[in-house]
Amino acid sequence: MGLLDYDFMQRALLASLMVGLVAPAVGVFLVQRRLSLLGDGLGHVALTGVAVGVLTATSPVWTALVAAILGAVLIELVRARGRTSGDVALAVLFYGGIAGGVVLLSLAPRGQATNLDSYLFGAITTTSPQDVAVFAGISVVVLLSVALLGQRLYAVSDDEEYARAVGLPVLGLNVVLAALVASTVVLSMRVVGLLLISALMILPSAIAQLLARSFRETVLLACLIGVLVSVSGTATSFYTGTPSGGTIVLLAIALFLLVTSAVTLRESTARRRHRRRVDVHDAHPHEHGTACGHPPVPHGDHVDYDHDGHLHAPHHTGRGVHYDEHGGHPVAAPPNR
Amino acid sequence: MSERPPAIRLRGATIGYGDVPIVRDVDLTVGSGEAVAVLGSNGSGKTTLSRGLLGLATVLDGEVQVLGAPVGRLRERGRVGYVPQRHSISGAVPATVREVAGVGRLARLGLFRRLGATDRRAVVDAVAAVGLADRLDDPVAALSGGQQRRVLVARALAAEPELLIMDEPTAGVDAASQEALADTLAAISASGTTLVVVTHESAPLAGVLTRAVVVDHGRIAYDGPLSGAAHHDEHLHHHPPERQPAGYRMDQPTVTSGPRTTADRER
Ligand SMILES: Nc1ncnc2c1ncn2[C@@H]1O[C@H](COP(=O)(O)OP(=O)(O)OP(=O)(O)O)[C@@H](O)[C@H]1O
Ligand SMILES: [Mg+2]
Ligand SMILES: [Zn+2]
Ligand SMILES: [Zn+2]
Ligand SMILES: [Zn+2]
Ligand SMILES: [Zn+2]
Repeated sequence: MGLLDYDFMQRALLASLMVGLVAPAVGVFLVQRRLSLLGDGLGHVALTGVAVGVLTATSPVWTALVAAILGAVLIELVRARGRTSGDVALAVLFYGGIAGGVVLLSLAPRGQATNLDSYLFGAITTTSPQDVAVFAGISVVVLLSVALLGQRLYAVSDDEEYARAVGLPVLGLNVVLAALVASTVVLSMRVVGLLLISALMILPSAIAQLLARSFRETVLLACLIGVLVSVSGTATSFYTGTPSGGTIVLLAIALFLLVTSAVTLRESTARRRHRRRVDVHDAHPHEHGTACGHPPVPHGDHVDYDHDGHLHAPHHTGRGVHYDEHGGHPVAAPPNR
Repeated sequence: MSERPPAIRLRGATIGYGDVPIVRDVDLTVGSGEAVAVLGSNGSGKTTLSRGLLGLATVLDGEVQVLGAPVGRLRERGRVGYVPQRHSISGAVPATVREVAGVGRLARLGLFRRLGATDRRAVVDAVAAVGLADRLDDPVAALSGGQQRRVLVARALAAEPELLIMDEPTAGVDAASQEALADTLAAISASGTTLVVVTHESAPLAGVLTRAVVVDHGRIAYDGPLSGAAHHDEHLHHHPPERQPAGYRMDQPTVTSGPRTTADRER
């Protein structure tokens, strides 16, 4: 029987599709403001929420959502007051959340707290039709918010001080972002589990930023990668009988390693190509200049020299000048990180 | 009384960080449309003063008004443009010149509105004004330090602000780009924008900036015509205005006809 013949797998794939799309769309902003671990911190807080849900016999998804959003708002307020660093505030959340969750769950009547594992590591196949509906609601809200406020969120994540100087509502936007993270955490709870949530927010954008040139491209690519690893990881886990969360994250890491080495390879061959080109012109008879007879060709912000049909751009290095081929159109600068 | 309120009005203003006063008891009024240089040695408080105007440093005492409203109360703060001294393009996630400069425009648009055709044109114009038109869609991380500073200038220009506060916009920027910036500033100054430019090298902008304020140990030591400021600004004694600012890149080629303004694209 195929994967889609099982209702529970249909729901699982649907859930993983939503998570794969939403988590990176929010995660990119966290990566940009170097708060990659915020998702983790809120995941821990969500555990306290889950415990409250179990204790009070309400749906853990809702209590987790409330707890995570409260934690998110709290941490932004602490950061805004500036007395405690975001780092320390995160640590307190981390440990407070998980300790609270564990202690509260231990108070639950016997037989009720048995599925701690499923919250920590995900249990995608237990996704109920109601869960799918809630997840769809959360996904729509999060994606709409990102679409609507994305540029502002970008501005605040990129340069908070400038955003404040020109009057963007920095605190409000930070709280919105944190609330979006909290919602994503709860959304991802079933699929990857609270302990692995950050991975799905961070890894796709870590991969995307190796390939993209603009922020917009990064966001779109990260979402694509997220959907890809999330859905294929869930499908794989069905056949291999492994937990979905771990499988998805391992897939994402494999992709990350693959792309990293591909980029490294491309850079090293670029270096080799450059060296080969330089060899040709190392024995250049003269330095191009106004009087050398080669027509100068303005090229963007510098001047190339037309040397028998190809363009030479002077490249001054510590070892003297050599000439780079600039062809007929601007060459892209290699990423210099 | 002019019909427009002064662009900046400080009365007995003390500005600092936390509870430490840095700029003390300053009285300063900058009329709408004026072009002012803020001079002074390192650590004298120039940046603190300008950050105080933007609500980024705490006003500990006195009053600070910007565009007629107490600092922080100004409703449409998109009317203010700012070039920070420390360049702070995060670089964690790639972003293009267009995207970074576009941020300057956002503040004018309220909370939800997107960049429209006019806004996008303003962004392109601002980037062109700093001479980076051909780099619009390049990642900012692939630009040189001086070019990145010019992107931040473009971000401020894109807002088409009424009050433009620039903290050392020419630091690390080569002579040709400084001249281009001077021309741009002259044009927007002529159109009525108030300029406040913190600088150590007033020479390249001498044609634009008419008034100088010299800050010394957190107090204003001189306030008057730019030409008279030299005697009060310690820094200018060491670097007489005739001296051409040196480009900060030592490896700028000399073979090209125009000054080469870019870092080598190869690295
Ligand atoms: N964030 C801060 N917190 C506390 N003190 C600060 C902070 N920034 C600057 N200071 C102090 O304020 C004083 C003035 O600094 P400021 O940056 O205003 O100088 P500046 O005139 O802009 O100097 P420069 O020419 O070097 O840019 C310095 O003594 C500095 O130590
Ligand atoms: Mg300064
Ligand atoms: Zn030649
Ligand atoms: Zn040749
Ligand atoms: Zn070269
Ligand atoms: Zn060229």
